[in-house]
Amino acid sequence: MKIPYTITERPDTGLTNPKFGIWLFLASEVMLFGSLFSSYIILRTGSPLSPNVLAWPIQSHELNVTIGAINTAVLIASSVSMVLSWAALKEHQLKRFKLYISLTILLAVLFLVLKIWLEYLPKIQHDHVLSTSTFFAMYYLMTGLHALHILGGVLVMAYFLGPGSKMWQSNPEQFTNRIEVTGLYWHFVDLVWIFLFPTLYLL
Amino acid sequence: MDISVSNPLLVMNKTENALPSNHNMRYILIGTSLLVLTVLTVWTSYFTVTVGVSIVIALIIATIKGSLVASFFMHLVSEKKLILIVLIITVVFFFALIFLPLSDTMDNVGNPDVY
Repeated sequence: MKIPYTITERPDTGLTNPKFGIWLFLASEVMLFGSLFSSYIILRTGSPLSPNVLAWPIQSHELNVTIGAINTAVLIASSVSMVLSWAALKEHQLKRFKLYISLTILLAVLFLVLKIWLEYLPKIQHDHVLSTSTFFAMYYLMTGLHALHILGGVLVMAYFLGPGSKMWQSNPEQFTNRIEVTGLYWHFVDLVWIFLFPTLYLL
Repeated sequence: MDISVSNPLLVMNKTENALPSNHNMRYILIGTSLLVLTVLTVWTSYFTVTVGVSIVIALIIATIKGSLVASFFMHLVSEKKLILIVLIITVVFFFALIFLPLSDTMDNVGNPDVY
């Protein structure tokens, strides 16, 4: 079945279906992460104050701020390379697109490697796991869900770098729209981290 | 006169977002601004006095960074009105999700007997 309005805009919405669809999806994602931020705020404001043993920890003492800041920079760089990959397609430069999308994938993988090897594993080795405290439960839940979104983005981008790029020969405009939609998702993932980083690491 | 277009690359003028002039430089400059703001976020977190002030400063910087990403990388500055309407509705529900439960718990901040 051919999906309608993948290139031309729908007369009623003024948008292509994929673009309207991804924005509706991102709206639902805002509510998903919003519910976690809401839970985090309630749990933190509801926790007893120091010196109670159940008091909320000083987060910058529990987490590695340097690794968190480096990961923020890595994601920002990946957002720049993502938007440059879309711009390359608009200029009909497939090779440049492949270069930038490869860079985006590499940066995304670097983010996951830093997260798992330099943050999760050392913490697990020091018995800082989900059941350690409410703070660590929220930390693993929020960053874990975000990391799953990163992984999903990597899989989609890898598909468009590999077998999915064949569409460029037959239908370049639709392929460009697909990359734009992928980019919107990727920038949203970056956006979530921009708020997660200060919330979990600094405040 | 009917002109047939054989090369699919030549029909790519109808996509929704046209590229701004000097687009690559603009994207790199915005990326650099985001990096500078990240450094500023970390730096200010070491110098502020109270938790309340730290939260306000960090959220202001994060909001500026988020606005830059949404406006330029996600092209919201040039996007159709329908998407902006969807986002405004989302933001309203997001704030309801954050502040309605909070309004119930703020009277008991730090009180261990409540939970």
